[in-house]
Amino acid sequence: MTESTEPQGVERYLGKKYPRTWDEVPIAGIVPWPGNTEELPKHSWRTIRPVIDQEKCIRCRMCWVYCPDSAIVEVDKEYTNKKGRTFKVSYEVNYDHCKGCGICAFECPVNAIQMVPEER
Amino acid sequence: MASAVAVRGKEEAGRRERRRIGAKGNFAAAMAVRDVDVDVAAIYPITPQVQIAEKITEYVANGELDAEVVPVEGEHSAMSVVVAAAATGARVFTATSSQGLEYMHEMLYIASGLRQPVVMALATRALSAPINIWNDYSDAFGMRDTGWIMIFSENVQEVYDNIIQAYRIAEHPDVLLPVVVTLDGYILSHTVEPLEPLGREEALRFAPKHPRGYRPVLDPDKPMTFGPVGVPAWYHEIKYQQVRAMRESRRVIEETGKLFGKLYGRSYGFIEEYRMDDAEVAMVSLGATASLVKAAVDRLRREGVKAGMVKIRVLRPFPVDELVKALENVEAVGTLNRAISYGGAFEDPLFMEVAASLASRGILKPMASFIHGMGGRDIFVREVMEMYKKLMEHAKAGRSARRTYFWGVKGHNPDDDQKD
Repeated sequence: MTESTEPQGVERYLGKKYPRTWDEVPIAGIVPWPGNTEELPKHSWRTIRPVIDQEKCIRCRMCWVYCPDSAIVEVDKEYTNKKGRTFKVSYEVNYDHCKGCGICAFECPVNAIQMVPEER
Repeated sequence: MASAVAVRGKEEAGRRERRRIGAKGNFAAAMAVRDVDVDVAAIYPITPQVQIAEKITEYVANGELDAEVVPVEGEHSAMSVVVAAAATGARVFTATSSQGLEYMHEMLYIASGLRQPVVMALATRALSAPINIWNDYSDAFGMRDTGWIMIFSENVQEVYDNIIQAYRIAEHPDVLLPVVVTLDGYILSHTVEPLEPLGREEALRFAPKHPRGYRPVLDPDKPMTFGPVGVPAWYHEIKYQQVRAMRESRRVIEETGKLFGKLYGRSYGFIEEYRMDDAEVAMVSLGATASLVKAAVDRLRREGVKAGMVKIRVLRPFPVDELVKALENVEAVGTLNRAISYGGAFEDPLFMEVAASLASRGILKPMASFIHGMGGRDIFVREVMEMYKKLMEHAKAGRSARRTYFWGVKGHNPDDDQKD
């Protein structure tokens, strides 16, 4: 008995990684590339962005604790403020992960974080 | 008639010549499942399908079938289990009926949307309320938009043959869609009829198992996400893929039916025409009801009426062109169905498909639809003959029926259905 269509291997169903047309989408919307979220924008719906004022910041780490998306990063960057106090670390925002929820600004005890409207 | 048990004993002795046994539709379905060597079966028993579940577990207990049988707590789980098992590359089977089909309704879309080649037997049965365990096609017609290929069986032999073919169709690399094979509750499920099984070797030759990796499967070594969110940007495209697969399946269904005929002498198409060569009036029907219409056609022919019948074997994908070709030369077309679309343009869902097929190809002729036999009500041959006569009145008047005729309702004259 002969098969009318020989199976050509699984590749025919997996489509293109960034499809443009209906036939380039993997069958049933399967995602055959594990971990590809890394490569995609995760912040496109953000309307306001947090901006940290390093001068006001007291390095209490509250924003880092409360951020639901781990978008606050602790970096080894020394900073000396106008009062002459030196901090060994600084806090910055990874805008690739930040959704603009504003929790960090709400939790900050010294109001060092401002939510600034996104303008594109 | 030889008992099925005695014959099975001989089969085990290794004899392979064609033999006829007596079997109920339910046993024919279970034998087909055994013969195609199903890997996973998850079935929740429901009247009138219970014997399919019983027989498959018996085969597994006897060692005649090496399959995982999952004793699920309901039909929603049954369909969930077979969809998941199919996603790992297994050959799967389930069976249900009526309320069970409604209970798994949500999962029917998951099976087709995830493009899993699930095969299911549906012992057609009326829907509650009032509760009724007898045959009509309400359950089957309720799933006509779920993205499943739907094959109707007319007799026990067709139940067996259709299930074997269903695996070849569903698992075909160009299709990958679930297939449901119906058997009329009690009328086929519990009626002993002659059956010529292919046997395991032949069935597996006709519907061979593909190597596991021929379609995307769940595999720890090559992880994939099945069933992610379909965002508005791509859901539309994924649904169109499904539409294309359903259209593509027409070629595969046709090839499969023809090949089956070439090898085993029983050919299958989308439709079956009965005495249509010179027919002047034709009735379209499906399932075991078609046998009844054939009997009426024979009686009408003896009376000199040029009657014919077209049986719809494949309801999805609907055989538009085949049907139009069969019906283009008759004077009037009728449909006889056992399902109701309450408040529809016509209450008979089959009629709407037939009318749309003809109208879209520019053919307008007197048409009428008939509904009878709901909830296992017997339809008599003389009643079908009366329907043909009503159809001939429409042919003579050159007018279609304005509404569906409800036949056999106590105290109701079908002509009243045409009044406002």
